[in-house]
Parts: sequence; C-alpha cells; structure tokens
Amino acid sequence: MTLKTLIRAGLAGLAALTVAVLLIDPTLAQTAAPAAAPAAPAAPEIVVNKGDNAWMMTSTVLVLLMTIPGLALFYAGMVRPKNALSVLTHVFYTVCIVTLIWVIYGYSMAFTGGSTYVGGFSKLFLSGVTMESKAATFSVGVNITEYVYICFQMTFAAITPALIVGAFAERMKFSAVALFIPLWVTLIYFPIAHMVWYWAGPDAIDAAAKALAAATTPEAKKTAQAALDAVMADAGQVFLWGAIDFAGGTVVHINAGIAGLVGALVVGKRTGFGKELMSPHSLVMSMIGASLLWVGWFGFNAGSNLEAIGGAPLAMINSFVATAAAALSWMFAEWLVKGKPSLLGVISGCVAGLVAVTPASGYAGPMGAIVLGLIAGVVCLFFVSTIKNMFGYDDALDVFGVHCIGGIVGAIGTGILVAPMLGGTGIMDYTTGKVADYDFATQVWAQCKAVLMTLVWSGVGSFILFKVVDYTVGLRPSVEKEREGLDLTDHGERAYNM
Amino acid sequence: MKIVMAIIKPFKLDEVRDALTAAGVHGLTVTEVKGYGRQKGHTEIYRGTEYAVNFLPKIKIEVAVPSDQADKVVEAITAAAKTGQIGDGKIFVYDIDHAVRIRTGETDAAAL
Repeated sequence: MTLKTLIRAGLAGLAALTVAVLLIDPTLAQTAAPAAAPAAPAAPEIVVNKGDNAWMMTSTVLVLLMTIPGLALFYAGMVRPKNALSVLTHVFYTVCIVTLIWVIYGYSMAFTGGSTYVGGFSKLFLSGVTMESKAATFSVGVNITEYVYICFQMTFAAITPALIVGAFAERMKFSAVALFIPLWVTLIYFPIAHMVWYWAGPDAIDAAAKALAAATTPEAKKTAQAALDAVMADAGQVFLWGAIDFAGGTVVHINAGIAGLVGALVVGKRTGFGKELMSPHSLVMSMIGASLLWVGWFGFNAGSNLEAIGGAPLAMINSFVATAAAALSWMFAEWLVKGKPSLLGVISGCVAGLVAVTPASGYAGPMGAIVLGLIAGVVCLFFVSTIKNMFGYDDALDVFGVHCIGGIVGAIGTGILVAPMLGGTGIMDYTTGKVADYDFATQVWAQCKAVLMTLVWSGVGSFILFKVVDYTVGLRPSVEKEREGLDLTDHGERAYNM
Repeated sequence: MKIVMAIIKPFKLDEVRDALTAAGVHGLTVTEVKGYGRQKGHTEIYRGTEYAVNFLPKIKIEVAVPSDQADKVVEAITAAAKTGQIGDGKIFVYDIDHAVRIRTGETDAAAL
C-alpha cells in the first residue's frame, strides 16, 4: 500500500515537472527508431527484406554480447575481488528481468501510440504480433519483421539499467537492485524511449503526404492536411521537438548516467571510500569486457539503422574512428597530466568514445566523428578525475562521468555534426522525401531540450525510486556485510577459491 | 642452530636460492609478504585518481642452519640479494631451541 502510494506520488511529480519543461515550440524532423507503421490507404507495397532481417537478428545478439559478458566483465574487473560476483549478478539479473518485462508490457509502453510521453497498452503481452507483423525502418516501403524489432529494442532496454549498477557497485543489497531495476525500466526507460524514438514511421508519413498532393478540391486538401498533421503528431515529445538520437545517447547513456549519479548519492559512499585502497582487482577482465563492448556496439549503432544499407556502414565506420580517437585522447591526456599512459585509461576512453558517437553514428561524417571522439575522451577524463574528486561523490565505476557526460557531449555534438557542411548526413524530411534544410541554432537547441528532458525525468524519477526502495527493502547492507563483501553475504559464494 | 630469516625483493629469489645451494643449504621456506621500510610505498593511478600503496610485495625466506654456518649463509644472501637500491631488504638471525624431522623423528642437528 505504502509502495503503491509512493509510486503514484512519484508519477504525479514527474508529470508536473514534465509540464514545466514543455513550454517550447515543436519542430519537425526525423530521428531513430520507428514503430509499426499503421496501414495507410494506397500505400506502396511494403516488403520485408531477408538481408535486413538477417542483419537485425545479428545486431540484436551483438547488443546482448555488449551486456553479457561485455559490460559485466568490464565492471567486475574494476571492483574488489570480494564484490566481483555481486556486480556480475546485477548485470545478468538485469538482462533477464528486463527481457521478460519487455515482452509483457515494456514494448507496448515504449513503441505504441498513446500520449507523447508514454505509449499505450495495445500490445500488452505482444498482443496481435505474429510472424507476419512488420515494423517500419527509415525507408518508405521497406519493413523488418516485428519480432526482430522487438528483440532488438529489448536488448537496449536491458543494457540501460545494467549500466546504472556500476555507480552504486560494492554497497547495494541485491534485494534492492532486484526491486529497483523493474521499477526503473517501467517508469523511466519506457517513457523516455517512447519520447525520443516513437514515431508513425516513413510509410505513414509518405502515404499521408501523397494523399495531400493528390487532393484536388480545397475540401479534400483540408482533410488530407489534417490527416498528415495527425500522422506527424503521432510521435514522442522529444521527437516532436526535432531532437535526433541515432542509437540512444539520451535514451540509454544520459538516462543511465544521471540515474547512476543519483543512486550513488542516495545510497552514499562505500565504507572506507577515500581512505582505503579500492583499486580494480582485474584490469585484464576489464580489458576483455571493454573490447567486447566495442565489438557489440556495432550491433547497437550500425543496427540502429534498421536496414543493411548505407546508414549502417556509416554508423559502423563512425563507431570505429570515434572510439579509437577517444581512447587515444584519454590516454595521451592522462600521460601528459598524470605521467603514465594507463590501460584503464585507454579502455575508459574507448567506452567514452562509443558513448559519445552513439547518437551521432548515423548522422555525422567520419571526420566529424573523430573530432567528437577526441573531445569526449578528455572531457570524460576531466569529469572522472577532477570533478569527481572536487565534489567527492562515490560514483564507483564512473557511470555518470563516462555515460552521462559522454552522452551529453554526443547529444549536443550530434546536433552540430549532422550539418551537411561538416560532412554530416542532414536530416531527412519524409513529407518531401528530401533532406531538410539544416539550421544550427534550431538543431542544437532541440538537442539541448532532449538532454534536459532526460536529465530531469531520469534524475528526479530515479531519486524517487531509490527512496521507495530504501523505505521498502532498504538499500545498504550492514557495514559488517559490506566489509566482508557482497559475494559472500548476498550470494553465498566467492569469485576466487585459491 | 640458527634461523636465518631474510626479507628480499621478489625478483631476487632465484639468485638467492642458487647462492644458498652453493653454500651448502639443503632447504628453505619461502613466503610472499607485504611491508614497508625506508622504501615506503608507491602511487597507483586509476582513472586519474591517485592511490598511495603503502605496503610493497616482498619475499620472506627462512633457512635453518647449524650455528657455525649462519655467518656464511648471511653473507651468501647479502651478496645475492643486493642491488644497492633502497628496498633491498633485511636479514635477521635468531636461535632455535629444538628441531624435529617429522618422517624419522630425528632431532636437532640431525633434523636440519
């Protein structure tokens, strides 16, 4: 009863905040991730391409690879040996629980029409989805099988909360994590994914635009225009603002990063933080994890093109060069300032670069992506060392410093690097079938609004959820249990028996 | 009978073992230990954050020898473990009251 009341209060609070953020003009543009296109009258025949389906199934398992074992190993290597299994369990549990929630109600909440803030429940339990169901891509007349789209998006929903656990690693009870993750994806992730990625799809827009062009009488024109307006308005709020996010800079990284910071602050510092040595127990493990993250990220970024055509290889090359640039810029900056080029620096820079290029991967040109990577590497290093030490918060594995900050650099950078004059792709206008005119101020402002929306929704929402979990099951283990290590006290096993 | 106990740099272990074999020592016990002396510790840097590591890894060796051999063993270890740098370690010599070889029940000098 208390829990329900608190959640309701939380939802009301979120809604109020959202209204405050909303006093801004909607602009039109296109961004990533469509939903199933509603059948439009006189639409061209929609085909499902076998190659696209094959690529999307491959991308889906690549994103799973990022999370388990990639992210899990990356994180586990950075904690002390007594907490390695705890972190691995958090990540594995997250993947499993979100997978089930996703097909029960998550997909419906994220990718069906409803309000501009959250979808409806028309696809509860994947109702109505069959082998024949299709989901839109970014090309008119080309769809993929809806099941693969559901699975692809499922892996995004799974990795995002898994990122958060790094911030409060080594000091959060498993029971608290077990409760927090389902609440968080439900009230934070699904709405934000809906706001950023849900739209009617190119087929619906194209059909409505053609119907308008074909209309002859003023009366028919008026009806067709209203129909087109309705199709264009059938999208998430951030999408309507014109913000672009190719593979999830806001939805995944800023979202998880700010939730992580809030979690680290609410649960408090690790016992002994700042006094005892808390060095990574196996950077070998972290290096393997970071490398698997990079490999899997090609599914994440290039897969977000939803078709195996030009945009996917563009995202691929950007995910190569931005990552390499960020790894090097972090390493050289550290070498310059701290005297040694560290492996942890290289692999942290690698992840920072991947984060930053995520929203830009399908929009920037390769040279723009290199610049983005170079900037992300040094900015994230500055946050995880200087800023973190200045404020003294214990973001154990730097979820905020790398994912939130890298995500913000990427989100705003995307608004700049999409410009055709900087080698970007520009933004497609599906009503005309052409690339729309680019306006710097409009686009960057739209990106900033998307960032602010994500920070506020996730920051405030996560705070409420952490408090709810604290009052119900409690966040922290006792100091004795924390000292002994969560592997033994939470899970009854140890990572290394030697 | 004496125990010669030495704390040395880990990478010097093989040289010390060879020197002791040459000096007629037939067995020794090795333990991985941590500690600090004049060398103090070192700093480690993780994501730009510096940690002072105060205890350094060292190797402890223990050799039981007849009293008249103790000086020779100390000399052998000193020669083999020396680099001339701070942190080379220390040697301590102390008496043994009694010794037993478990397999045969031999005692004292015969047990060494």
